[in-house]
Amino acid sequence: MTNVEFVIAAYGVILGGIALYTAFLARRIRIAQEASHRLDGDVDEAR
Amino acid sequence: MKTRMLGFVALIAVVGAAINGLFVVPADLNQGDAQRVMYVHVASAWLAYASFGVTALAGLAYLVRRDLRLDALALAGAEVGVMFTAFAIWGGMMWGKPVWGVYWQWEDPRLTTTALLLALYVGYLLLRRLTDDPARRAARAAVVGLIAAVDIPIVHFSVIWWRGLHQGPTIGDPSKILNPSAPLQFVLALLAMLGAFTLVWVYLLIRRYQLARLEWHLEDDARRGRVEAARRGAVGAVGVEEPAG
Repeated sequence: MTNVEFVIAAYGVILGGIALYTAFLARRIRIAQEASHRLDGDVDEAR
Repeated sequence: MKTRMLGFVALIAVVGAAINGLFVVPADLNQGDAQRVMYVHVASAWLAYASFGVTALAGLAYLVRRDLRLDALALAGAEVGVMFTAFAIWGGMMWGKPVWGVYWQWEDPRLTTTALLLALYVGYLLLRRLTDDPARRAARAAVVGLIAAVDIPIVHFSVIWWRGLHQGPTIGDPSKILNPSAPLQFVLALLAMLGAFTLVWVYLLIRRYQLARLEWHLEDDARRGRVEAARRGAVGAVGVEEPAG
């Protein structure tokens, strides 16, 4: 591998990893919010 | 909305710092383009320290105040810190191979203590899965987070205390802050990347904290639901046993 390829590998994994983790967090938050809303709906229905 | 704005600003800052580090700042005379890896490697390492510092302080505060929001903050610090530690190790390997000739050397104190740091906080995250009781989980995690934090200064000062492959601090050494051994242009590029990564770090900490709080509420609701169902079941069972009439 050349120096440039090592640089691309470093930046690609680190910046790509941050982007992936951000997207993963956003997805988990959305799923948790939907579950929370569903639960609130169930509670309202039960009342 | 403010968090979303912070995320947007962080994205712009990281793109700007990356363009600066990759295309604007010249290559190093001796290391060539490989030196550009330093900007993301060092920024990741510093934020790993900061993350685990947050975990330790939030854990300590939890032990004093017993507030589960502090445990959520400690968890956010640990998870984000594990990610930045992994990135610091990866960046170091991508710099080490072209400059040192090896990806890794176990005899080097900085590398070995950093690997230990990663293992300690992966262990911290695994430990949190051992119990469903939020208070017990938070207390155990706080103690482990405090013990693991002992490795942070060891990692940082390992290059001063022991001899190894890893070079000493370029600007982190207090005596070199005003007189860094790297050219000013490189130092500014590093500080720009550190600033941009810090914005990303704050954004991710906030988002992970929000997720931890949401998950805690869901767990709490589920637990209350189970208790309620158990109570109903118990009442029902008593009802069956009651004599008719």
